[in-house]
Amino acid sequence: MTQTGLRIYPSKPNKVYFYATCLLDVLDPDGGMAAVELIEREGIEIIWVEKQSCCGQPAYTSGYQDQAKTVALSQIALFPEDHPIVVMSGSCAGMMFKHYPSLFADDPRLHARAQAFSERVYEFSEFLLRVCRATLQDKGEPTSVVLHTSCSGRREMGIHVSSQALLAQLNNVEIKNAAYETECCGFGGSFALRHADISQAMVEDKATHLSQSSAKQLVSADWGCLANINGHLAYRGEAASFQGKHLASFLWQRTADERGEQ
Amino acid sequence: MSVQHYQAKQFKSQAREALADQQLRDNFRGAMDYLQQKRKDAFNDPDELAQLRLHAENIRQRCLAKLPELLEQLERHCEANGIKVHWAEDAAQAQQLIAGLIQQAGGQKVVKGKSMVTEEIALNQHLESLGIECVESDMGEYIVQLAEETPSHIIMPAIHKNKQQVADIFQQHIKDFNYTLSVDKLIQTGREVLRSKFQQADVGISGVNFAVAETGTLCLVENEGNGRMTTTVPPLHIAVTGIEKVVEFLSDVPPLFSILTRSATGQHITTYFNMISGPRRAPERDGPQQVHLVLLDNGRSQAYADEALRKTLQCIRCGACMNHCPVYTRVGGHAYGTTYPGPIGKIISPHLQGLANTSDLVTASSLCGACEEVCPVNIPIPSLLQRLRRDAKLPTEAGQPSLKGQASAASVVEHTAWRAWAWLSTHSAIYNVCTSLVLSLAKFIPIPMGAWTRCRGKPALAEQSFHQAMKQRQQQANKQPISQSADQSSASNKGSN
Repeated sequence: MTQTGLRIYPSKPNKVYFYATCLLDVLDPDGGMAAVELIEREGIEIIWVEKQSCCGQPAYTSGYQDQAKTVALSQIALFPEDHPIVVMSGSCAGMMFKHYPSLFADDPRLHARAQAFSERVYEFSEFLLRVCRATLQDKGEPTSVVLHTSCSGRREMGIHVSSQALLAQLNNVEIKNAAYETECCGFGGSFALRHADISQAMVEDKATHLSQSSAKQLVSADWGCLANINGHLAYRGEAASFQGKHLASFLWQRTADERGEQ
Repeated sequence: MSVQHYQAKQFKSQAREALADQQLRDNFRGAMDYLQQKRKDAFNDPDELAQLRLHAENIRQRCLAKLPELLEQLERHCEANGIKVHWAEDAAQAQQLIAGLIQQAGGQKVVKGKSMVTEEIALNQHLESLGIECVESDMGEYIVQLAEETPSHIIMPAIHKNKQQVADIFQQHIKDFNYTLSVDKLIQTGREVLRSKFQQADVGISGVNFAVAETGTLCLVENEGNGRMTTTVPPLHIAVTGIEKVVEFLSDVPPLFSILTRSATGQHITTYFNMISGPRRAPERDGPQQVHLVLLDNGRSQAYADEALRKTLQCIRCGACMNHCPVYTRVGGHAYGTTYPGPIGKIISPHLQGLANTSDLVTASSLCGACEEVCPVNIPIPSLLQRLRRDAKLPTEAGQPSLKGQASAASVVEHTAWRAWAWLSTHSAIYNVCTSLVLSLAKFIPIPMGAWTRCRGKPALAEQSFHQAMKQRQQQANKQPISQSADQSSASNKGSN
């Protein structure tokens, strides 16, 4: 059971904070912009806090909890109002939702602060489906898609369910399943560098299973996994035929190509 | 006989060798797929599974919370049943103690049931050095013993071998073996050899799955009947267990047994479940004349002393975490160089061997969480790994007990780099300048990416960061009448991909 399985979702808010994450910032601004459009289309105002940087996960998973705490506190301070915070990556959302409170377990005051913050954190697909209750009108040509969900997104946020449900709303899109769907792609932050051999074996298998799904398009709601998988597909020479994009880009492309929409 | 020795400190090179062995990888992938499916079939109701896990977790936590008291109770009740209880602080003490018991009884030939704790203390090698023959009686263990290897899995020791490889080992070691690839005939061959070993043995050594404090009963879970033969045929039975295996009540056993076998092999029950409550009594005609229990610490009390790390000891040794681990599936058990491989091995081995030997193990996880998802007693393995990563790098905080090998992997460079990273991440103006510098200069500077680009193209960096794009979008929006702002920015920011 994922933690979000028991989560109670609020009604649609007027405003949200947007949390881009550091990888999306430098690798996929278009994906971020697509998400902004999708959320605005729901009649929600986006608040962009320019001072945001990184959620602190890299230090946390490397064992540098003090540094992770410093960064976490600085990020928490940037989002003072009571608006939801929409996060563009499953693993960063997991960090802010699940691990922020545990980082401060031994300090009641900071723990309460982190807890209050984490309750406002939603992963992008989770927010669009569960809070906005978005219904998507597919305007594209028939195609097929395969979804890769990050491990932490899946296990900490349950985003495999919300991502899949959003894709299922697209009438002209066939969802293909890949073998070993729940298996890790081998990214794991510094794991990919510290244990490069094992990481390589994992991403090779993942890329093979995804390509073998015969889907035309790969999507994911997590840029850590996408950087890893896309990087390996490029290395294999498959970049032209098969590359992953952020779920938000795909959803926006399928639903926004006509003028005069909301 | 010299068993090939893998070491936790050599994890990286051992993993590399395993990855290059395609046969080994195929064997593991096949076996793990099979075991994953078996477990899935055994737990087809997720709500029931969640309840069972919670129940099992509660039992383990309750028993661990009163571990010292339960161990004393166990000792009292075992002694009352005629089981002699011994305590061993470390591997060497346990070796000496067990060898002493065998020698006192004039034992020359030992049969052993499958027991990971005796692997942990390298008992076979020690007994051999004293001229005592010690034969493994579990079929998988027997195969790895003939192959002069250690087990590569805690439930299925020879899971890394296919039938061809087993046939070759038998061909080499068993006299008059009629070469065959029939699994049934291979097992029959092994059983025939072992049958005579049971009859000749002076001593039987076994592990323990659950030691019941309330009644002084030792429970043994097995499928082959070798455990029953080992513990009943020879006149002397020595059971060896880690101190964490004690449970409070007899009624704690059924829920743990049920979730253990289903997690491990997908079985609802095993073929044999033995409850040993002492040596043979006056009118009885069979059973051992003496039963001894050796309780081994070997670093477990270090895990016990820390509330978070204590959860490590909840483990009931089902192996589900390794069966579902993407790292274990690819490198197999030997690469770890530890008695307990896979995710549980990564969190228990630092207590047995110290962090200096195991610091590569605690980082060898992508923290995907598959292990935690299947653990029948809800051990939070990924967060314990993060804790141990910290302990391997940094000295203990004031007033806290430190672990064996604490800070042994400390790196000034790494620490400084993370401090710099934290500083950068909390100084947004400089952070943004840095990201835009990287983006604008990436084209011109050949950034060395080392391990990353060995199997990946260089990351395709965006022309401008999302930060810059949003800033531009907001500036444009401020210039436009509000009603048009969304459309305008949408058109200008749509990349063609």
